[in-house]
Amino acid sequence: MTMESDKNELNKPGKSRRDIIKSLATVPVLGAFAYGYYKKKKFDRNINAAILDDLGMDQGAPKHAVSASSGGKKIRIGIIGYGIRGTQLMKGAGFVHPDWIDSIRRAHEKNPADKRYPEYLEQEDLNIEVNGVCDIFDIRAERALDAAGNVGRKGTEAGREHKAKRYLTYKELLAAPDIDAVIIAAPDHWHGPITIEAARNGKHVYCEKPMTWTVEETYVVREEVKKNNIVFQLGHQGRQTESYFKAREAIQKNLLGDISLIEVTTNRNTPNGAWVYPIHPDASPENIDWKQFIGQAPWHDFSLERFFRWRCWWDYSTGLSGDLLTHEYDAMNQILDLGIPRYASSSGGIYYFKDGRTVPDVLQTVFEFPDKDLSMLYSASLASSKKRGKVIMGHDANMELGQSLTIMADRNSTRYAEKIKDKVIDLSRPIYSYIPGRKNVDAVSSATEQYFAGRGLLYTYRNGRRVDTTHLHIKEWLEAIRSGGKTSCNIDRGFEEAITAHMGTIAYREGRRTEWDADNEKII
Amino acid sequence: MSSISKSISYSKGQLSMLVTLRVLIGWHFLYEGFTKLANPDWSSIGFLLDSKGPFAGLFQGLANSPGMLNTVDFLNVYGLIAIGLGLILGALTRPAIIAGIVLLVFYYLSHPPFVGITYAAPTEGKYLWVNKNLIEMIALAVLYVFPTGRIIGLDRLFFGSTEN
Repeated sequence: MTMESDKNELNKPGKSRRDIIKSLATVPVLGAFAYGYYKKKKFDRNINAAILDDLGMDQGAPKHAVSASSGGKKIRIGIIGYGIRGTQLMKGAGFVHPDWIDSIRRAHEKNPADKRYPEYLEQEDLNIEVNGVCDIFDIRAERALDAAGNVGRKGTEAGREHKAKRYLTYKELLAAPDIDAVIIAAPDHWHGPITIEAARNGKHVYCEKPMTWTVEETYVVREEVKKNNIVFQLGHQGRQTESYFKAREAIQKNLLGDISLIEVTTNRNTPNGAWVYPIHPDASPENIDWKQFIGQAPWHDFSLERFFRWRCWWDYSTGLSGDLLTHEYDAMNQILDLGIPRYASSSGGIYYFKDGRTVPDVLQTVFEFPDKDLSMLYSASLASSKKRGKVIMGHDANMELGQSLTIMADRNSTRYAEKIKDKVIDLSRPIYSYIPGRKNVDAVSSATEQYFAGRGLLYTYRNGRRVDTTHLHIKEWLEAIRSGGKTSCNIDRGFEEAITAHMGTIAYREGRRTEWDADNEKII
Repeated sequence: MSSISKSISYSKGQLSMLVTLRVLIGWHFLYEGFTKLANPDWSSIGFLLDSKGPFAGLFQGLANSPGMLNTVDFLNVYGLIAIGLGLILGALTRPAIIAGIVLLVFYYLSHPPFVGITYAAPTEGKYLWVNKNLIEMIALAVLYVFPTGRIIGLDRLFFGSTEN
């Protein structure tokens, strides 16, 4: 068939009435679509308005405590303890070992989806220099020096430069005139003594949690920090979590009604999660200052296990209470201003990791806050990773917290009774949800979206960048030093954290209910 | 050329069912496009990152490049809307059908319902090899070989009728 004959078979583009009617026959479908779309939007808007406006929640992202600038005076830092956490803190501060740059750069080249390398290069420069390092294990001290000298965040190709001085004892480091502030990431039993000494030397302190190892030193730390007027930040980086800001707002707006119970959990199931950390193959009594490690702890002969896995023994550690309960408690203290509980009781045991440890691997601690009419239950297992959330339970609604935040109305709520009856509130869906990185908050985000977010597949970036809360927490501390401002996890919050953790620990170890005598500030 | 522009004759029933199918698929595309356009937080990133199967790496790669992701999001939203309008109105019907098939091939390949693969996003049905993306894709292919745009549709106005 030729083109010619083909054309002849066809009708020419025509404008007859019949042509026009047939051409436009489906246009009314668009009218129906527009009507349906309008109805759907109106329905969603009404639900949103009926719920969110009524709740009075600000629909934007939370205001962040940390401002943008790191200008002004360069702050001179010392790091005490360059183990697992010390390395992470230095990374948050902007100093990493060239080895690590090599490894994340290789990972990025191999798999562009692995963004740790470009993201790390983008991490803000905090305008600090590391002048002193102290670690009692020579190999780690050497690595700390390499990291401190790696100002340009370069890989091993750039060679190593040592800019900081190594100190063999924390006391010598704290006496150094070219150090303004210290980051303390030593084992628990050293937190108190080093902080006290730092305060007496007028050095600002960022200390890892828990604040103290004994009850007694808690009072001294508070006194010395206040007396010497230093800026203190306790290492609960959760203070920088966006969803916690929103949670606090929601509680202040009374979305949950009367809160009677808080449930927080730890759910781990790996040797690393249970503090069975790797032992460095080259570690020996020759390169570890064992005597200094022991410090105020009871004497024990040299033990690599105890040195690298110190969290497993009460001799150096505060167990689950100090390591993990404190994070959960501090989050709730941030959101609810809980303060110190009146009573604590604990139970648990060493049920899975029968490796000679003295601290429990399963622990339940219940704190009572009679003046707030609520209980807080902490429940932990190091031998099951079954996910149990962080839940605040109120008469009108409950709130589940993680990276995101979800508030579900209670079927028997008084406040929402009418809306539930009128089907404005659907009990199977959140009345409020906040996902970090989202531009808007709403009550109608789709199930799929919630699902992705829950799995961390969505919105793990804020303003297009993944956020390292440790970095933000250090930054907040440095800005408080520069501007004389306040830190979010300051000495008063630290005091509350330490006393609360000690109450739980004593309750477990002595098998009794502990009580806080607020008038005399004593645990009885 | 010849097979495209040759006059076709359908029975009334055939024509009305084909046009109905075309309009309904168009509606589906249009609404998918509009809901994404209306949600300022919508992005294909979650869907792409959740890709599984032999092409997962390709789709995850798109999600991990901010430039590519923006392009994918843009093409997806406006592609869905344009295809939807094309199918409903019968305007540039054939290119709309082809573009629709291309999109559905991408959706299918990024989330193939193969044995042993599960996804984060909940699905509303049970699928083995065949899912609704595949069926919608083949339905569009049917519309390609049984064209109606130049009988009922704006294409008739601009390109002439193929009606016998």
